[in-house]
Amino acid sequence: MKQELRLSGTGGQGLILAGIILAEAALLDGKLAIQSQSYGPEARGGSSKSEVIISDNVIHFSKVTEPDLLLAMSQEAANKYSNDLKPDSILVTDKLFVTELPAKHTGKTYELPITHSAKDVLGKSLFANIIALGALVKITGIVSEASLEKAVLNRVPKGTEDANRRALQVGRDLV
Amino acid sequence: MSKILLLQGNQAVVEGAIAAGCKFFGGYPITPSTEVAELLAERLPLVGGKFIQMEDEIASMGAVIGASLTGKKVMTATSGPGFSLKQEFIGYACMAEIPLVIVNVQRVGPSTGQPTSPSQGDVMQARWGTHGDHWLIALTPASVPECFEVTMRAYALSEKYRVPVILLMDEVIGHMREKIELPDNYDNIPQPERKLPTCPPEKFNAYATDESLVPPMPPFGSGYRWHVTGLVHDETGFPKGTGTATVASTDRQYHKLYDNLDDIVQVENYKLDDAEYAVIAFGGAARTAYDSIDRARAEGLKVGLLRPITIWPFADKQIKELASKVKGIMVHELNRGQYVLEVERTVAGKIPVASYCKYDNEPATPAQLLAEIKKAMGL
Repeated sequence: MKQELRLSGTGGQGLILAGIILAEAALLDGKLAIQSQSYGPEARGGSSKSEVIISDNVIHFSKVTEPDLLLAMSQEAANKYSNDLKPDSILVTDKLFVTELPAKHTGKTYELPITHSAKDVLGKSLFANIIALGALVKITGIVSEASLEKAVLNRVPKGTEDANRRALQVGRDLV
Repeated sequence: MSKILLLQGNQAVVEGAIAAGCKFFGGYPITPSTEVAELLAERLPLVGGKFIQMEDEIASMGAVIGASLTGKKVMTATSGPGFSLKQEFIGYACMAEIPLVIVNVQRVGPSTGQPTSPSQGDVMQARWGTHGDHWLIALTPASVPECFEVTMRAYALSEKYRVPVILLMDEVIGHMREKIELPDNYDNIPQPERKLPTCPPEKFNAYATDESLVPPMPPFGSGYRWHVTGLVHDETGFPKGTGTATVASTDRQYHKLYDNLDDIVQVENYKLDDAEYAVIAFGGAARTAYDSIDRARAEGLKVGLLRPITIWPFADKQIKELASKVKGIMVHELNRGQYVLEVERTVAGKIPVASYCKYDNEPATPAQLLAEIKKAMGL
C-alpha cells in the first residue's frame, strides 16, 4: 500500500521538519518513505510544501500526485496545493489561518485549532507542527503512535521531550 | 554493523566523500548544494580534515587544486552560477591532471535562474564548460543510496585517472530524503590510492608515464619537485611550445580516459531485455521514468529504461547497442534538449529518437511521461 501526504503552509511553520519526522517514523515501522519539499528563495514566509510518500514497496517518483491527505496551515497553501485532491482525499486545516475551504474539495475535512492549541496549551505556536502530526497520524494511522513519538524525540532539542510528547497528545485530542 | 537513516542526496554525498577519504573542502555555499558544504564543515574536522569557506567559487577551485597537490582527496560543491565561475580552473585541473571532485547540484539557469527548482541544464556545460579540447568524467546518481556509492566512485576514478570528476546532481536527488543503509564506520571501506613514483626524486619527471598513460603523482613536500602549469608541457612538466608537444599532451589526455571506457562508463538497464521501445533518462528525471515504465508494462507495452550513471564520457557503445535492439528511443531530460543531441549523434538516424524536455521548475509526473512515450510509439 502506498500513501501520499502533503504538508503545506508558510515557511517557518516547521512543516519540512514534520515531513521528515513522518518519513522517519515510517522507516521505524519497517516501511519505505520519501520526503521532498519545495519552497521559494525566501528564508521565511512564502508558501512551503513538504511531501511524504510511504509505501511497503519501492518508491520511484518522489513527488505527490494523488494526495491521500493535505494539511494546509495557511490560506494560500489551502488554495495553491488543493487542486489535485481526490474525492476521497482528507483535508486537514489550521482553523486560525484557513477561513475559506477549497470549494472543489468534497471529501472529508477536519478544521482543527492547531496553532490556537499550541499557544493556549503549550504557550508557543512553534509546537503547531508536532500537534499537527499527532492529529494526522490519529486520523490516518499511517504510522504507529510509538514510531511517531520515537521519531519526534529523535529530532527535537534535548530538554523539550516532555513538551513535544504533550504536543502529540494535544494533536490526538483535537480529532 | 550498519544503520538505517533517512538522508538527503546531498547528505549522502558527504558520507560518500568521508568514506572515500576526502580531507579537504573549499567552497562557497549556494542553493541547492548548500547542505554539502554545511555538513562537511561539521564532519571534516572530526576526521582530521580541513574545511574552508572561500571568498568565491573561483578561489574555491584554486583551494581544492592546491590541496589535491599535497596528496589529499578534495571536494568542492556548487550550483549553476558557481559552476560557471569554476570553469577556468577546471581546465587547469584537466591540463595539470589534478584529481578532484566537483559537486554541481544543478538548478534552473542561466545566471541565478530559479535557485530552488530542479534542472539538468548543465549537461553540456559539464562536458564543454571550460575552453579547449579536454576530457573529464561526469557521474549522475539517481537515488540517495547511489549518491553515496557514486561519490566514492568519483574519487576512485579521479585518483586512478588523475582527472577532475564532476558529480552532476540535480535538486530532485540532492534534496530528496530517502532510506539509506550505511556502515557504522568507514574503517573497512577500501580507499582509492594515488599512484606514487617509484624512482628517486632526482630522476623524477612529473609527466612521464607508463602504458596506463597516467603519470604518478607525489604529494608536494615529499621531496619530489615538479612544475605545475596550465601551459602545454612535456614530460618534465615545463612548458613546451612545439606542435609535437601539444599533440602528445592532447592525445595522452584523450587516450588515458577513452581507452578505458569499459571501466569508466556505467549505465543501468531497467526492463530492457525484451523492450521494443526505450527511454533514456538520468538523475531526477529517471525517477519519473521508472514509474512510467512500470505503468507502460502494466498496460502490456514493452518499454524499458537505459539510465546513464556516467554522463561523460558518453555511453556511445551502450546506446549504439540499444539502437540495434529497439524500434525507437525517447530521451527525457529536465532541460530544453541537451543529452538528446549526443543520443541523436550516436544513433545516427538508425531509429527514431524522440525528445521529451521538461523545464518548467517541476519534474515530469509518471503520467505525463507515459503519455509522451505512447505518443512517440504512435499509440
